[in-house]
This record gives sequence, structure tokens and C-alpha cells, in this order.
Amino acid sequence: MARYAMAIDTKRCVGCSDCVAACQTENNVPIGFCRDWIVEEMHGQYPTLDLEIRSERCNHCADSPCVRSCPTGASHYADGGIVLVTPEECIGCKACIVSCPYDARYVHPEGYVDKCTFCIHRVKEGKDPACVSVCPTHAFIFGDLEDTNSEISKVLRTRKNKTLIPEAGTEPHIFYLI
Amino acid sequence: MKNKVKRREFIKILGAGTAGAAAGVSFVNAFPASKTDSAKLLQTNSENEITPTYCEVCFWKCAGWVHKKDGKAWKITGNETDLNSQGRFCPRGTGGIGMYTDPDRLKTPLIRVEKNGKQVFRKASWDEALDLVAERMKTIGEKWGPECVALFTHGSGGTYFKNLLRGYGSNNIAAPSYAQCRGPRAEAYLLTFGEGVGSPERTDIKNAKCLVLIGSHIGENMHNGQVQEFTEMVANGGTVITVDPRYSTAASKSKYWLPIKPATDLALLLAWINVIIEEELYDKKYVEQYTYGFEALKRAVKQNTPEWAYPLTTIKPHVIRQTAREMAKAAPSVIIHPGRHVTWYGDDTQRVRAGAILNALLGSWGRRGGFYAPAKAHVKKYPHPKYPKPKKNWKDAFPDQFPLANLALSSGICDATIPTPDKECSFKGWIVYGTNLPQTLPQPEKTLEAIQNLELLVAIDTMPAEITGWADVVLPECTYLERYDDLRISQGRQPSIALRMPAFEPKNDTKPAYWIAQKLAAKLGLEKYFPAKTIEEYLDYRLKSIGSSLEEMKKLGVKNLAPEQDLYFLDGEEYEFATPTGKIELYSTTLADSGFDPIPKFTRHEEPPDGFYRLLYGRAPMHTFGRTTNNPILNDLMDENQVWINPKVAKEWDIRNGEYLVLENQDGKKSNKVKAKVTERIRHDCVFMVHGFGHSRKQMRRNYLRGADDQKLISKVKLDPIMGGTGMRVNFVTFRKEAV
Repeated sequence: MARYAMAIDTKRCVGCSDCVAACQTENNVPIGFCRDWIVEEMHGQYPTLDLEIRSERCNHCADSPCVRSCPTGASHYADGGIVLVTPEECIGCKACIVSCPYDARYVHPEGYVDKCTFCIHRVKEGKDPACVSVCPTHAFIFGDLEDTNSEISKVLRTRKNKTLIPEAGTEPHIFYLI
Repeated sequence: MKNKVKRREFIKILGAGTAGAAAGVSFVNAFPASKTDSAKLLQTNSENEITPTYCEVCFWKCAGWVHKKDGKAWKITGNETDLNSQGRFCPRGTGGIGMYTDPDRLKTPLIRVEKNGKQVFRKASWDEALDLVAERMKTIGEKWGPECVALFTHGSGGTYFKNLLRGYGSNNIAAPSYAQCRGPRAEAYLLTFGEGVGSPERTDIKNAKCLVLIGSHIGENMHNGQVQEFTEMVANGGTVITVDPRYSTAASKSKYWLPIKPATDLALLLAWINVIIEEELYDKKYVEQYTYGFEALKRAVKQNTPEWAYPLTTIKPHVIRQTAREMAKAAPSVIIHPGRHVTWYGDDTQRVRAGAILNALLGSWGRRGGFYAPAKAHVKKYPHPKYPKPKKNWKDAFPDQFPLANLALSSGICDATIPTPDKECSFKGWIVYGTNLPQTLPQPEKTLEAIQNLELLVAIDTMPAEITGWADVVLPECTYLERYDDLRISQGRQPSIALRMPAFEPKNDTKPAYWIAQKLAAKLGLEKYFPAKTIEEYLDYRLKSIGSSLEEMKKLGVKNLAPEQDLYFLDGEEYEFATPTGKIELYSTTLADSGFDPIPKFTRHEEPPDGFYRLLYGRAPMHTFGRTTNNPILNDLMDENQVWINPKVAKEWDIRNGEYLVLENQDGKKSNKVKAKVTERIRHDCVFMVHGFGHSRKQMRRNYLRGADDQKLISKVKLDPIMGGTGMRVNFVTFRKEAV
């Protein structure tokens, strides 16, 4: 079985937010909400500065507090380890929102909790998620970690990388190339 | 920028990173994927349909596909065969669908009328509106001559209004993209190499080993192909040298960031030239074979040592030397980027020329990783009768000035519209297509004064931008997603064409530019200039001239043609350049003949008085000036601009990050309130904001009074005597906390 993950190259990313716009249109995310977003993290003092720009989203953790905290089973693992929320089963209790260390979820105006799906509808057709395929700087690599020859497996072996808040112990599957 | 702040506190998350921790709990059987995935998430059971377009959200004009789902607007994606985008749109192109869905769009033609002593707009039919425009144009033509009508234009549909105006008898056609933007670049490269850089720029960034950016913030200006090549180059380990008072996104990806003191870039360029010559790092063979005036240049820059430049620029001599050597090491695969918006300080043609000279010394013009020879498709024009010859042209409005301006000056036409005792009237009518002059031209009060002297102001736009509020007649154009337009024939490594066709029916009572211009022409008796009955017929004729057809292009969207020439110079080959000497002119004979410095010389610019800071402005990746700030999708990504302030300055003024301020310039002009971004990413002697915010029209509900309009603070300009560009980075602002 596949294990989907994403590697995002902070050296390439310019923070243009195209991933956010593409997600918005692809998934009809309501205006005012987002499934992915940009973080700019600055260190140093003028003129010795360092800027890391990251496109962030649900980490599709292997040990997801959101899945554990969901009372109805709406939050669940789908094929390839993609964490999904079934809108029809969600009661909007927000337990998952509180439990997520990445703050990746929001309540959709229609009452259910929504978040990144890794564009599962596209992945099932063999396509990349919308954010990956739109990125003008080619900052994203999406693929299967079970396949040792996949581009993502290779890049994670060769490039220095990190995950966010690893101390939360959730086994996140968004990797940042640094 | 759409970031964490929007619905969460970023800092909180970093600080309380273990909020959801469940350390030590091992997790077995990770994903028993037994559930059926929701049809809602799988987006199944929908009918999709695609139509080709090329983007109109900026001038890069990437080609893509408009997707409809169940007959409704869904998304826009890039066309994989498109060379401008490589199939990947930028955020503005992706968000272009919002241009169509924006509920605040203009909906019907409007005519200014007096009602109870107050001027208001009333809805009008197209016939009424166009009759009124035609009648006033005829009156102006008879009374003062057709040359007294000027066209300001930006965007694809402008083509038809240019045709209309030329047929009517005026060639006073101006685009702010010249005198307010890239005009100095066009002239500087023409003077040096005999040809321009063009658009998309002929910079071979993907093959460059060293790229020098002077104030060009690639990545924040999202010129798609260029950004793609830039990140490719960075990923391949190329050396980027960024000269910018601000730690731009590009600076953060650079090996060298040179936080130069604003307004001293020319000193740095001359010092680099000095080092390249003194250390004999230039391409000797190239310089000897192709250039003119090397000895004169060598003499002229003798004094411009790094030590001379240091106190001016604040860039240390060893850094100047080291960066010059980096360029030479990479030569000829090195680009001193010519920039795009270069109207800064009034000596802009000279500054850009210094960069061009540096490129010539390093031998990068015509070389791989430098500047390539662009190709363009040869598409036949649809034949139409000859235009009448105008008796006057725009140059007559300002005799003996700006001798080397090759295009009309928007600012000049604006100035010449204001009557003065010593001159007869020049302009009585303006047709403004797709450009929001009060936010585009500097000195907006002057623009409004000019407007008061007009007998006719027609604004053709999709949005109720500020200019429409001043118009006598407003003509609502449908968006690019609802119309055909002329073919995109842009330059590139390979000739290519792209088609735009309507994906949707025009909303409300809006019409395509072609239809508007053709109808207006008919009312003026100028229908012979629009001989094709429909734009489809016009396009099909043009496409057949290159062996394609409208039918074929509807399926392809993009057609790339075979390259016709070499991208780079052949080694040792003789080339003739379109300059008076036939050589690359390090010493410009044209400038000498016109009484200007044939070799750029540094001049000091005025500095901000105590307590004032130079106002710098620029771009954000998700917006194209003010035209996108009301787009629902793009507004959601960034809904206001901020003023960047160095922390030391902020401390002095007791300004907190996120606090709203008013900026006041040297002439007492005040901005709308704007949020302070206190950041180490900017020098202490300047502030920065993104252009295109601070709109003042309530009809644009999303961007109304959001952020500040830099143009309101640009009450002073410094004119480029060579070509009339308006240097706009000569304004200084201070902070006001009152009445926020």
C-alpha cells in the first residue's frame, strides 16, 4: 500500500501563495478560509538575516490526534495514509481542531470540519495535488514513500529536511527541504 | 499574504508546539482504509469543460485553460505547451477566475448627468453611450482637430482602440508602462545595443551562473517564466547578487545581499565597471570585436573606485570587488538584470545604461546564460485602409524636451491637458482603456486637474476603478474570460502564439473591447478600419497566414513554431548592431549628439530631511497593481498593504508592529491609514509598501480604504531629461499617529 507524503523545498519557495489560490479554486474552499497557507519565518538582525518561507497544511500524520479525538469516526485514514474528514459524518464538535498541533483545520460554513485532502480526488486519478501541480517554482514533490525509487523517497534521502513540531510525536508527513 | 495570522496566531503555535503531543504512544495499523471516501471530497459526478485562454491579469500573458464544472466557473490552469508559463500559472493567473466572479464589476454603460444640482451616473444603453462618445469626438475633431483626443491604454483590448484612434486621426496613444515604468530601460538598451530587452525579457536566467538584481524583486514581482527560471537557477547553485535597501524574497535566496543606500545604485554600477576594467576582468575579445568607446569609458570611470563608492552606497569596497569578481568568474553567463519598473530618480536611462555597459563588458549580450536573441511569430495583419496623417503628434505638446522618447508619455499628455497661458490647448478628450490613471500616474492631483479641463473622458474598464468615477461615459467591458482578443504573439526562445476565447457569456450588459471599438467606429463613420465583420473572422484570417486556423487553435490554445535563428552569437562571427556606429556603444554617440552624457555619470540625489524616510514601493506576488486588489480570491490572499519600517526607526517613533499609521510626505500629502510592519528586512533610511492599495471607491467593496496608496504620496517627480520618465522614488514620508 502506498504512503503518500509531500516534500516542500524552502530554497525554491518564494511565498507567492499560488498553492493557496489553486487549492481554493480546485476544492471550492470558501473565501475567508484556507486549507493551506504561507508562513514566513525570519531570523537575525539587519543586515544578517535569514528567511524561511513555508507552504503549510495538514501534515497527514501517521499518528493523528485528530483521528483519535474524533467521536464519530469522521476523521479517518484513507488510502495511502491520507487523513480525511467525511463531511456527512462530522458533527462539528471541533475536538479535532483543538487536538491538531498544526492548526490545520477549520469549520466550513456548512457546519463540518474541513482541511487538506492531499487532493485525493486527483491522486486517485494519478495526478498531483493542485498545490503541487501549480507551483511555479517547482517547490513541491508529492509521492509514495513506500516506493524507494519515487522522487520523494530519493530527495528525502539526499537533501537535508525537517518536519514541523516533531516533538508532538504525530509522525507528520510534510517534509521541508532546508 | 494569507498566513497564519488570518485565523490563528502563528507565534502561539511555535511557542506551544507540544499542544497536541501524545509522545510515546505507538501507533499500529496506521490506516485501515476500509471506509468509502465521501463523494463530496472526491468531486465525482461532475461534467467538466475546458476552453483556451491567455491570462490578462498581467502582461506576461500566460496561456492556459478555463475549466467549468457543471457549467459553472471552476478554475484556471496552465497550458502545458505554453512557453511563458510551462503550464504553471502564478497566483494571479490561478485567481483570475475572481475577475469574472467579482460581484463589484461594472454592469452597464453609465452616463454622467446632472440631477438636482448634483452630478450622478445614470444607466444607459450601449447605443446611447456610444452616440454620446461619437458626438463629442466629432465636436472635438471639428473644433480642435482629432489630435486633441488621446488614448491611454493598458491591456490586450487596447489594440482596437488604438486602431480606432489612428483611423480617427490621432496618434496620441500613451501607456503608463512607458514613462512610469520601463521606458528608461527600453531607451538605455536601444542606445547601447541597438535593440531593447522586450517582454517577456530576453534574459537567459535558467542558464546563467550569476544574476545581479538591482531593485528587481523577482518572486515578489511574479513575472512567471522569469520566476521559474530564477528558482531553477538558485536550485542549481547559481550566484545571485541582490542590491536592494530591502531584504526582498530574492535577497533571501541570494549569495550576496547588498543593502544599498537608496538612490546611489549608479555609483555602485560605476564602481563595478571600474573594477572590471582595472582588474582586466572584461571579455577582451568581445569588447574589441563588438564594442565602441572602451578607452573613453576606461578614462571616465577611472575615479569611480570602490573606495569612492563606499561612502555613497554604504557598500564596503571589498564587497564591491568580490561581487565584481563573481560576475567576471561567471562571464559570459552573467546577467546584470535590466529591471522592469525603473523610473526611480530621474537619471534612470543613465543608470540602466550603466548596467547595459556592464553586460557588454562581461560579454553577456548574445551569449548563453546572458541575453538571447528572441524570436516572434510572423502573423499577417488583417488589412485595413491607410490611416490619415495627423497634423500634430504628442511631441508637439512639449517641444525641445525628451528628445529620445520613442513612445508617448502618459504623464506628458496629462500635463499638456492643463491649459497654460503660453500654449494653445493640446488635449480635449481622453479615452482611457484598462488603466486607472489616478493610481497609475504620479501627482494624482495634477491628473484630476487635467481631467477638469476635458470635454470628454471615456473610461473603458471591467471594474469601477477610480478613473471611472471621473468619466463622462463609462463603458463596461467584459473580462478576458468572456471574450476573444487578438492573438498573443509574444517574444521568446521560440516563436509562439496563443488564443483567448470566451469561456463564459459576458455577464450583465458588458461587452468585449472589439465589439465596443467597432460599434464606436461605425458611429464615427470609421467602419472601414474594422473590415472584419467579427473578431472570429479577424482571428481566422491571421491564423491562416501561419498555416493554422481558429478551429485548430480552439483545440490547442497554444502553438509553438519552429525556431528560425540562433539564440546566441556564433563564436567569432561579425555582427552589426543597430546603433550609429554599428557597434555596442559603451560610449553613446546618440547621447553625445543630443547633449547628454555619453557615458553615465553619478549625480547625487536629494536625501530625506530629518525625521523623513524615502518612500519605496513595489509588488506583491498575488497582485497586479490596483487592478486585482478587489478580486475575491486574490484579495483573500492579501487584503491590505503594510508599511515596512526598520525596528530602530519604529523605536524612535514608538511604533508597534501591526499598529495603524498615517504617512505624510514632504508636501504635507497624507496617506490613508496603513499597518506598520516593523521588520529587520529594511534599512533605516527608507520605508516600503506594496503599490495598488488604498482605493477610494466604495463600489469596490473589498479594497475600499484598505491600506495606503503610494501614488498619493508621490506628489513630486524627477523627470528623465532623455526620455521623459517620471522618477518617483524622490518622495519622503514621516509618520503621523493622529486620526487613525
